[in-house]
Amino acid sequence: MANPLDFFGGFKLTLQHLARPPVTISYPQEKRPKQPRQHGRHVLNRYEDGMEKCIGCELCAGACPVNCIYVRGLDNPPDHPVSPGERYGYVYEINYLRCIHCDLCVEACPTQAITETKMFEFSFTNRADAIYTKAELVVDDDGFPKHLPWEDWREGEAEMTGGWMRATSPSGDAAYEGVVQWTGDLGSGVKAPEAGQSGERDDEATGSKQLRRAFFRHLQPVDVNEDQRGVQGMLTSARAKLPKRFGGSR
Amino acid sequence: MNALSTVDPLFVHGVDGWGVVLLIVVIKVLVGFGALMGSVTLMIWFERKAISDMQSRIGPQRWGPFGILQTLADGIKLFFKEDLIPAEADRFVFKLAPYLALVPAIITFAIVPVGGTLHIAGHVVMLQIANPPMGILLLLAMSGISVYGVMLAGWASGSKYPLISSVRASASMISYEAALGITIVTIVLVTGSLSTHNIVTSQGHEFWHWNVIRLGVVPFVIFWMAITAELGRPPFDVVEADSELVGGFNTEYSSIRFALFYMAEFMNTITMSAIIVTLFFGGPAGWIPNVSHLRWVFPIVWFVVKTTIFCFCFIWFRAALPRFRYDQVMDLGWKRLIPLSLGWMLIVAGFLLRPAYGFIMAAVVMMASTILGRAFLLGSTRETGADAILPTVGARPLPPEVLRAWSEREEEE
Repeated sequence: MANPLDFFGGFKLTLQHLARPPVTISYPQEKRPKQPRQHGRHVLNRYEDGMEKCIGCELCAGACPVNCIYVRGLDNPPDHPVSPGERYGYVYEINYLRCIHCDLCVEACPTQAITETKMFEFSFTNRADAIYTKAELVVDDDGFPKHLPWEDWREGEAEMTGGWMRATSPSGDAAYEGVVQWTGDLGSGVKAPEAGQSGERDDEATGSKQLRRAFFRHLQPVDVNEDQRGVQGMLTSARAKLPKRFGGSR
Repeated sequence: MNALSTVDPLFVHGVDGWGVVLLIVVIKVLVGFGALMGSVTLMIWFERKAISDMQSRIGPQRWGPFGILQTLADGIKLFFKEDLIPAEADRFVFKLAPYLALVPAIITFAIVPVGGTLHIAGHVVMLQIANPPMGILLLLAMSGISVYGVMLAGWASGSKYPLISSVRASASMISYEAALGITIVTIVLVTGSLSTHNIVTSQGHEFWHWNVIRLGVVPFVIFWMAITAELGRPPFDVVEADSELVGGFNTEYSSIRFALFYMAEFMNTITMSAIIVTLFFGGPAGWIPNVSHLRWVFPIVWFVVKTTIFCFCFIWFRAALPRFRYDQVMDLGWKRLIPLSLGWMLIVAGFLLRPAYGFIMAAVVMMASTILGRAFLLGSTRETGADAILPTVGARPLPPEVLRAWSEREEEE
């Protein structure tokens, strides 16, 4: 037999939510920070000297589960080479009507030429615009992705074009944690490795912490750690911050 | 003194031609109508905003400060949309139904006293559009008519879901009108008058004289539940149960006709909140500071505050409670609310006559309710006899004529 007072649980819960800040935001005006490994539209990176990283090996096209990538390689012209290797990507096309943003191309790429940005809000209005060619995919001379008119770029989305893939191994092997295994990119240089998956994640810039903080008051008790609940949790977190603030032993 | 003056002190010298009295009446009607219309737009906004806060959403925010003009924008949009009439619809009734829903909602508000009395140009003006001698019966009459709006809308749509909805509307209307009526009888017994003005004045200013305390809390709770069911608001919104009946009676309605239904629904919500305040919470009664001027404002403020609280409660119900199943609605109405309200009315009547009668009546009602409760329990848990159990569809013996038809067809083949 259920407790008859449970009937009033719904009333209590709705009143509690009345006092909490809303979860939703005014979307087009403001946006949530994106997750550190958000998969958006691709870019083709360049080395710090301006050479293209793509060597036209077509491994990305082979890895693609939906056949949205079309690559043709060509031997580098000897007098003005496009890439430091033997060949370069002569044709490079991605059909975004097919792409599922699985990032298998990024995993497959031997030279870290193709990576994904965090920009996913692009609403083209015809099929021709959906096929991104090399002209749209390769980063510009400053190392930043080209901003097409139908794409909604926000602050910081252009900078986060990669850098995580081999920073920690895909399978989460702790041996690769904090180890840079990434060649330098044009514009941004050698990117710092992402904080590892073990220990304390203090990745303010990558977004996950901000998201967690935004939703914290709406999390179910089971989703909140034992030591983070209620007044006890507030005290614990305050105590955890204390030594950091006064330059403690951490 | 004439017959009218017993109803309203405004008419104590008769209606003097096209004079001040008529002007006052017209102004009262216009102000009342305008206030009701304005409060409906505010109520729709308030409901959407409050419920979105309860669901951790933002809600309307684009039009005006805090999205307060959202209703206006929606209304303008609906006004310019295409007005569809289904081919199967009964065109005249289809067009008539929204007005049948809206007009009673407006009229009911006329009997609600929103404040005390004013003295304007030597006339005593009650802040109440009309004070008919049959008073509260007008509420029952109008809620009876307003269900025709819903019922005819569903029937005239020429569509199946609206038809089911209209049947549900009339059924739940019938089952809750009884409990509602009996509760009102209890109040009328205590007051000794049907007029809403007298009901309010008899409750006095102190809250322990209000009907909600004076009658025990039970009639208030019954009335509140019954009125929620009458309004078709959650958790009793079986009439427009979206998940079962698409949109219920207004499925086939579009454009301004839909807007009329929508408006009627919210207008009814406000009016019924006002009626609850009038019947149980002393209407405009409340603490008045000792100031020389503007004393008449405070009763209106008290009335608005109380009504707003009940409007909020209706919104709160919607956010907190899941919809009842249709049979649960019927069970609650017939098996619980009607016997309870009837028993409580008898007890109150006994106490009014003589305390001893009251105690006797209470004992009788308790015995009757025990027997009734036992009967309900038996009915719900009884082991039915073997002949009462229908076999499952596949195992059920088919009627002989069907069997004969089958065997004849087999022979032909």
